[in-house]
Amino acid sequence: MTQPIRKAVSLLSGGLDSLLATKLILDQGIHVEAINFYTGFCHSGHTSGIRNNKKSKPKRNDALWSAEQLGIKLHIIDIVDDYKDIVINPKYGYGQNINPCLDCKIFMVKKAFEWMHENDFDFIFTGEVVGQRPKSQRKETMPIVSKRSGAEDRLLRPLCAKLFEPTLPEREGWIDRDKLLNLSGRSRKPQIAMAKDYNFEDFAQPSGGCCVLTDPSYSIKLQDMWQTRGEKNYDLDDIILLKVGRHLRPNPNYKLIIGREEGENNFMEGYRKQFPHMRIQSHVGPLSLIEGDIPDDDLEYAASICARFSAGRNDPTVTVTYHPVDGYVQEFVITPMPTDDINQAWYI
Amino acid sequence: MSHYLLDVKRLLCPMPVIKTQNKVKELQVDDELEIVCTDPGALQDIPAWCRMYGHEVLNTQEQDGEIIITIRVCE
Repeated sequence: MTQPIRKAVSLLSGGLDSLLATKLILDQGIHVEAINFYTGFCHSGHTSGIRNNKKSKPKRNDALWSAEQLGIKLHIIDIVDDYKDIVINPKYGYGQNINPCLDCKIFMVKKAFEWMHENDFDFIFTGEVVGQRPKSQRKETMPIVSKRSGAEDRLLRPLCAKLFEPTLPEREGWIDRDKLLNLSGRSRKPQIAMAKDYNFEDFAQPSGGCCVLTDPSYSIKLQDMWQTRGEKNYDLDDIILLKVGRHLRPNPNYKLIIGREEGENNFMEGYRKQFPHMRIQSHVGPLSLIEGDIPDDDLEYAASICARFSAGRNDPTVTVTYHPVDGYVQEFVITPMPTDDINQAWYI
Repeated sequence: MSHYLLDVKRLLCPMPVIKTQNKVKELQVDDELEIVCTDPGALQDIPAWCRMYGHEVLNTQEQDGEIIITIRVCE
């Protein structure tokens, strides 16, 4: 009797490991479709979408690129709202920054497991490698992910499967365990060699992953936001704006988000109706959004800081306008704040 | 055949693809969807997504900082 074609769900991040893991499973005659979860904290897509780097290669979504290389369907799923609780209250805590890696992995595998059931697939797999990430990809924590996600032995890790007991797809003969791998450690040499053998070129460069929560400077901004608001919460605009511009807090009650280049200024224009802001009128200069409550007697002071980042920084005066969300525009003709007076402690 | 508009201006990658993906699920074969976006990544991503699912990209244009991609829903 002919065996049914088994169906597997790949958690495809767009990085090299999940690309290779998917290739290994496809080569065993399994029908694979991929899932990519959008949390709002992905680094590369947003940065390329905002900053005006004309020299960069064409902007693309790495998960889409990977799926196309593999010839499989990709389902991109928006989990921004559901993911908040993982970032705000991680059961297993944070890593070195505000990265709840273990909770995140459990959550994503759980979501993929639900999708697997809803769509009548047989198992799920990831591109995890033992020892590659200090928190979520350790030999001791990987079984926690399998158990806590509910996926149990329907979760396969093709790149390091031989370091674990056989999973259901292996025991049932859906997958030939001999063709799976035993990779461990942080070296990427075996994966890069495999990519070469498979003729995968131009894959996303492996580094610290694409999640900005592993980035110290981003984590500091997020903590500052929570601290000054007095609550751990966020919406999508909050977490995107933390990636844009220079963030300076000259007063505990407000911060300035000052565009660093044309692309950022253009992007920030989209927020001009939500935030009070400052514009440089007499020179080329950044758009500066103001988050928080700026006292009226601080407006001129803040304007002089914004002027410091304009082309008129060395001129005697710069004209700056303040645009509240409601109310009249005010104009200031001020001396830009001298560089030495910009307190380094204001930078978040 | 009907023509629909999807405004995803200001949304960053991959939200334009997610919104497109979700909207197309509501449409019929041969319906057209005009997607208006500002993230230049959409120029790569939406055609890639269409190739993956067999939908047809009818037209792509950039104008005043906006990108307009028109697709036809296929089987």
